[in-house]
Amino acid sequence: MTAELIHRLHFAFTITFHYLFPQLTMGLGLLIVVLKSVALKTRSEEWDRAARFWGRIFAINFVFGVVTGIPMEFEFGTNWARFSRLSGGVIGQPLAMEGVFSFFLESAFLGLFLYGEKRISKLMHWFSAVMVFVGSWISGFFIIVTDAWMQHPIAYDRLPNGQFEVLSFWQLLLNPWGLLQYAHNMTGAVITASFVMAATGAFYLLEGRIESYGRMFLKVGVIAGLVSSILIIFPTGDLHGKYVARNQPAAIAAMEGLFHGETGAGLVLMGQPNEETGQIDNPIVVNDLLSFLIYGTTKAEVKGLDQIPHDQWPTALPLLYYAYHIMAGLGTWFALLMIVSAFLLWRKCLYTSRWALWALLLSFPLPYIANTAGWMTAELGRQPWLIYGLMRTSEGYSNTVSASNGLFTLLGFMGLYLLLGILFTVLIYREISNGPEPQAIPADAIHAD
Amino acid sequence: MMMGFIWFWLVAVMIVGYVVLDGFDLGVGVLHLFLVRTEAERRTTLASIGPVWDGNEVWLLAGGGTLYFAFPLLYASAFSGFYLPLMIVLWLLILRGVSLELRNHIEVGIWRALLDGLFGLSSALLTIFFGAALANVLRGVPLQADGYFFLPLWTNWQPGTYPGILDWYTVIGGLVALVALTLHGALWLTIKTSGDLALRARRIVTPLWLALAALTVVSLAATIIVRPASLNNYFNYPITFVVPGGVIASMAGIWFLNRNAQPIKAFLSSGLYLFFMLAGACWGLYPTLLPATTGADRDITLNRAISGPHTLAVGLVWWSFGMVLAIGYVVFVYREFHGKTDLPEGVH
Repeated sequence: MTAELIHRLHFAFTITFHYLFPQLTMGLGLLIVVLKSVALKTRSEEWDRAARFWGRIFAINFVFGVVTGIPMEFEFGTNWARFSRLSGGVIGQPLAMEGVFSFFLESAFLGLFLYGEKRISKLMHWFSAVMVFVGSWISGFFIIVTDAWMQHPIAYDRLPNGQFEVLSFWQLLLNPWGLLQYAHNMTGAVITASFVMAATGAFYLLEGRIESYGRMFLKVGVIAGLVSSILIIFPTGDLHGKYVARNQPAAIAAMEGLFHGETGAGLVLMGQPNEETGQIDNPIVVNDLLSFLIYGTTKAEVKGLDQIPHDQWPTALPLLYYAYHIMAGLGTWFALLMIVSAFLLWRKCLYTSRWALWALLLSFPLPYIANTAGWMTAELGRQPWLIYGLMRTSEGYSNTVSASNGLFTLLGFMGLYLLLGILFTVLIYREISNGPEPQAIPADAIHAD
Repeated sequence: MMMGFIWFWLVAVMIVGYVVLDGFDLGVGVLHLFLVRTEAERRTTLASIGPVWDGNEVWLLAGGGTLYFAFPLLYASAFSGFYLPLMIVLWLLILRGVSLELRNHIEVGIWRALLDGLFGLSSALLTIFFGAALANVLRGVPLQADGYFFLPLWTNWQPGTYPGILDWYTVIGGLVALVALTLHGALWLTIKTSGDLALRARRIVTPLWLALAALTVVSLAATIIVRPASLNNYFNYPITFVVPGGVIASMAGIWFLNRNAQPIKAFLSSGLYLFFMLAGACWGLYPTLLPATTGADRDITLNRAISGPHTLAVGLVWWSFGMVLAIGYVVFVYREFHGKTDLPEGVH
C-alpha cells in the first residue's frame, strides 16, 4: 500500500468513527432544548427527568465525540503536513474559530447543565441547554466551512511562497457551498437524533415498561423526524445537489453513474457501474429525470464522465456511486417511515401499532449509515483533488511519515476504537435499559460526610 | 514584524492557558491514585474537576488551531516530525477522557478500579510527554533543508545533532512537568476538598515542592548547556531577567502561602510559576520557533513560518473577540462551581 493511501485511510477511518458521535449530539442538543422548554413551561417533573435522561446520553456521546475529535485537528499536521503548510492560513482559520467560539461555550455550559442543576435556577438550567445546543451547531458550522473551502475554494490568493491567503474573511465564512452543505448536514444530524429518540420510545412500548416516557419519546421523535426527513430532501438536498452539479460536474457524473453526457439524462435508480466498459450493468433508469432534477427541464444537457479528462475522474468511482445511492435510498425510506408514523400518531394509533414500532426501532442505525454515506459522497466526489482544482490529494500528505509508520498508527486507532465502540454500546444500552426514572443510589456511592 | 511578535505571544498565551488550567486536572489525575482512601473521597476528588476538565482541554485545541493558521509551516513541520509521540499523546488523551467520564456510569468495583488506574496512569504519562515535548522544542530538532524532519522515539539518549524524542535532557523536562503539575493538582485539592483529604493534599505539597525546586534548577542549567543561545535574549534585554526572578518568587509564594493555609493564593502562585517557566522558555527561543540541530540557517523562525498579512489581521479581530468571550465563560463556570466540591446527583 502506498503512503498516500494509508494517510487517506487514516483520516477517513478516524473521521468516520468520530462523526458517529457529533451527529447525535448536534441533533440531540436541539431535542433536549425542546424537552427542557416543555418542562419549563408546564413545570413538569416528567419532562425534566426526560431531559436529564437524554442529557446523560448526550454526555456519553459528547465525551466520545471530544476524545475522537482531538485526533482530527492533529491529523491535519501529522498526516497532511504538505497540505497544512500551504493552506493553514485559510482553513486553519475556521478550525481555530471552532475552538475559540464553540468549544469554550459548549464545554462551559455542558458542565453547568450536567453538574450544576442544584446550584442554578430552572431558567438558568434551560439556558445552559440552549447554549450547549448553540455551541454544538457553531462547531458544526466551522467544520463545514473548512470542508467547503476544500470543495469549493473561493476568496483566496497565493503568496510568493505558494501559501494560500484569505482575501475575504466573510466570503470564506459565507461560502455558498458551505451554507448549503451546512443546512443539509445539520438536518441529517436532527434525523439521527429523532430516529434514536423514536426508537427508544418504541423500545419501551414494545417491552411494555416505562410507557409514559415511551409515548413522550415517540411523539417528540416522530414529529422532529418528520420535519427533518422532509427538509433533508427538499429544499436542502435538492439545492445542494444542484450546486454540486454546477461546480463539480465530475463528481455528479460519477455519483449518478453517468458515463456518457446527454441531453435529457436519465436517473439511475439501481445498477452497478462498470469502469471497464464505461456503462451501468443491470440498470433501472427513469428517463430524463436527472436533467430535470438538476436544471428543472427534461431537455437539459448533463455532462458525462466521457466529457471529463480521465485524470480528473473521482478515483474510487464505484464506491462513490454506491455511497451516494445508499444515502439517497435511505433518505427516501426516512421520509416514508416518518410520514406513515406521523399519520398514525395523528390518528392516535401509533402507540399500539406494533409493526410501526418495530420499523421505528430497527431503523435507528440507518441515519448513521446515511450520514456516513453522505460524507463519503462529498469527500470521494472531491477526489482526485484535495483542494478542488488547485491541489491534488497526492501532493498533500506528509511524505516524511512513511507508509508503515502510518499503518502502525492506523492499526492502533482501529484497535482503540474497537474498544471504545464496545464500551460505548454497553454504556448506552445500560442507560436506555435503566430509563429516565431515578435509580436507587448504589451502596458504595453514598458518601461519608 | 509586529504581527509576528503579537502572534508569537498569543500562541504562547494559549499554551500557558492550557498548562495552567488542564495542568491541575492532570495533576489531580496523578494524585488521586495514592492520595484518596475511600470511594467517597475519590468521587469528591474527581467531581472537583468533572465540570471543568473538558473546558480546560479546549485550550489545547484552540491553541493548536491558532498555531495552525498563524504559523502553518511550524504546525506542518512539528506535527509530522513528532508523529509518533503525538499519536501516543492522542491515545492517552482518549483513554484519559473516557476513563474519567465513564467510571461514574459503572457500578462494578473492579471496572472502576481499572478505569481509575487508567485515568491516573494516562494523566501521569501525559504530563511527562508534554514536558518532554517542550524540551524537544527548546533543544531543537534535525530539520532538513525543506523544513521537515522525523524523530524516532529515542536513539542514544544524547541531545546531539540527531537526537530522539527522549534523551537525558527531554526526560528532565518530562519530570519537571510531572512534578510541577502534580503539585498544581495538590494545591487545587486543598481548595476544593475538606477534612482529612484536604489535609493530606496540603501535606504532600512539601515533598513535591522540594523535588520541584531541585528539578527547576537542574532543568535551567541543562537548558543552558544544551542550547546556550537560550540566554541571548536575556543578556540583550537584561530587564527580562525578571522572568526567572518571577519563577523564584512564585516558588517562594507556593511554599509560604501553603504553610499559612491560604490555598487559593498558593494555587495562583503555582499558576504563576507555570506562567513564568513557560514565558521564560518562549523568550529564550524568540524569534525562533523551532531551532534546528542541523545548523541555525535551518531554524524555523517567525518570519519563515508566519501566515499572510491579511489572514493575521483578520484573525486578530475575531481571535480577540472570541477569547474575551471564552475567558468570560471560564470565569463564569469557575464562579458557579466555587467553593468546596459537592457530590453530583444528576450523574451516577
